[in-house]
Amino acid sequence: MSTVTAPVKPKAVVSDRSRAETRLGQKLVAPAIVLMLLVTAFPMLRALYLSTFDYALTAPDERDFVGVRNYLTALTDPLFWQTTGITVLYMVVTVAIELVIGFAFALVMHRVVFARGVIRTSILIPYGIITVVSGFAWQFAFSFQNGFVNGWLPFVADDFNWFGQTGSAVAAIMVSEIWKTTPFMSLLLLAGLAQVSEDMIEAAKVDGATWTQRLTKVILPNMRAAIMVAVLFRALDAYRIFDNIFVMTAGAQKTESISFLTYRQTIEQFQLGMGSALSVLLFLSVLVVAFAIVKLFRVDLAQARQEA
Amino acid sequence: MRNRIGIVVGCILIMLWCLLPVAWVISLSFKSEAAITNGSPGFFPADGAGAGWDNYRAVWENDQFRRAILNSIGISLIATMLSVIVATLAAYAIARLEFRGKKAVLTIALAIAMFPVVSLVGPLFDMWRAVGLYDTWPGLIIPYMSFTLPLAIWTLSAFFREIPWEMEQAAQVDGATSWQAFRKVIVPLAAPGVFTAAILTFFFAWNDFVFGISLTSTENARPIPASLSFFVGSDPFNRPASLLAAGAVIATIPIVVIVLIFQRKIVAGLTSGAVKG
Repeated sequence: MSTVTAPVKPKAVVSDRSRAETRLGQKLVAPAIVLMLLVTAFPMLRALYLSTFDYALTAPDERDFVGVRNYLTALTDPLFWQTTGITVLYMVVTVAIELVIGFAFALVMHRVVFARGVIRTSILIPYGIITVVSGFAWQFAFSFQNGFVNGWLPFVADDFNWFGQTGSAVAAIMVSEIWKTTPFMSLLLLAGLAQVSEDMIEAAKVDGATWTQRLTKVILPNMRAAIMVAVLFRALDAYRIFDNIFVMTAGAQKTESISFLTYRQTIEQFQLGMGSALSVLLFLSVLVVAFAIVKLFRVDLAQARQEA
Repeated sequence: MRNRIGIVVGCILIMLWCLLPVAWVISLSFKSEAAITNGSPGFFPADGAGAGWDNYRAVWENDQFRRAILNSIGISLIATMLSVIVATLAAYAIARLEFRGKKAVLTIALAIAMFPVVSLVGPLFDMWRAVGLYDTWPGLIIPYMSFTLPLAIWTLSAFFREIPWEMEQAAQVDGATSWQAFRKVIVPLAAPGVFTAAILTFFFAWNDFVFGISLTSTENARPIPASLSFFVGSDPFNRPASLLAAGAVIATIPIVVIVLIFQRKIVAGLTSGAVKG
């Protein structure tokens, strides 16, 4: 008669030492967690609560519970969808252009042997410059009164007003955004490029692969994780575009992004109820964008962090 | 040989890309106010339309602007210091210790790095007014800390992983507690990483605009980006471009100085923080 003994699961031995380690670890991260949640989770919950009221700061005593009516109003308003559309347009166009230019910059910086410090310093200046300053610089550059762009571009009339219609105003905003953030993109890609083994590229070269083949068959697949992380970070950043729009057009000519619409409702028009509803929608749409990018491009953050 | 030329051309293009707009702002800051009002297209100031140092003098003599510079420096430095201290503690725990909730910390940090800042200004505006933080330095320092913590934690934990473990263990063998090993061994080794995290944090705080315009109302706490955007001048329909450019140049000087001195560290911090983590 054989007895089958259930495999006894060894009880995790929790030594004093590892318990002390856990306690110390949790103690050390506690301040960071509290701070991060104090300014994000708590206000977000408050926004969720406020969004169910018809509540304006101009009349704080007339606060009426309206349930989901603010959300219905926002979601049925064409303005909401128009700003969401233009935000997605900003995101897709700027990230695509930045990816191409940033990759070209990274290739050059990877190969450069002289004047590394000078190149590194120049590339960090747009990264470090205040976005508002970048917005002003480009707004004045595109201005027909005091700028130089119209004079330099051969096919543009000297008195062309870039901020007079949606298309050109959006383009001007995108130029400022792309100028400022391409360096960041190129530095992330440079780090990815440095992880591609030189031996592999050399081996492909010996086997007779052309430059294009080496790029598309060896380099790009091997830095996939870095590219995906750069795209994810920049896309979410671009989706929140606000500063450049505020400075360059103040939302005129339908250049308004979803962030700008939310800001205008809450801070300028004191509609805290409606503004909170828009805040929640903005938060949810960022989640959707993040989720879509992670799923669509199968971004593996653990792999990118070299943990896998 | 052909390759070499390609790289030289590439370098020139990168530098043009990065520095041309900066040169433009500097050039614009030397156009006279009269020339701006009448319209003066072109990259360089026209003959006789130069202003010399007048714009810089005017900006510097503007009390609001001076106050904004002071606010920005004070708020950014305090936020940077506090944020780096808190992040150092957390990053040490993440890189060195095994404990429950570690994954949650990293997830929260990642989520906050991607948080749409604008969606917070409404509730924060309301809360800060209720507790008296609206239009004060702490009212900006607290959100700056929260939003720079993720970047600081990533950068620092990446640096901390590179630090030789054995030294800490050696200290513990010699009888040091976990805390002593942290303070006496790891801190000196980690100082360069902490420094890099501080620079990146400072850049974020210096650059912030959303909190700057929505959580302040007077020059009491208004930082420089917000102050620049509200600087209208005498004619609201034609902004004083050259004055603004002079202000922008002054606001950019600290960034340029930091970049010139620390470029190597910043690049290392940016790439390790975001990709290697």
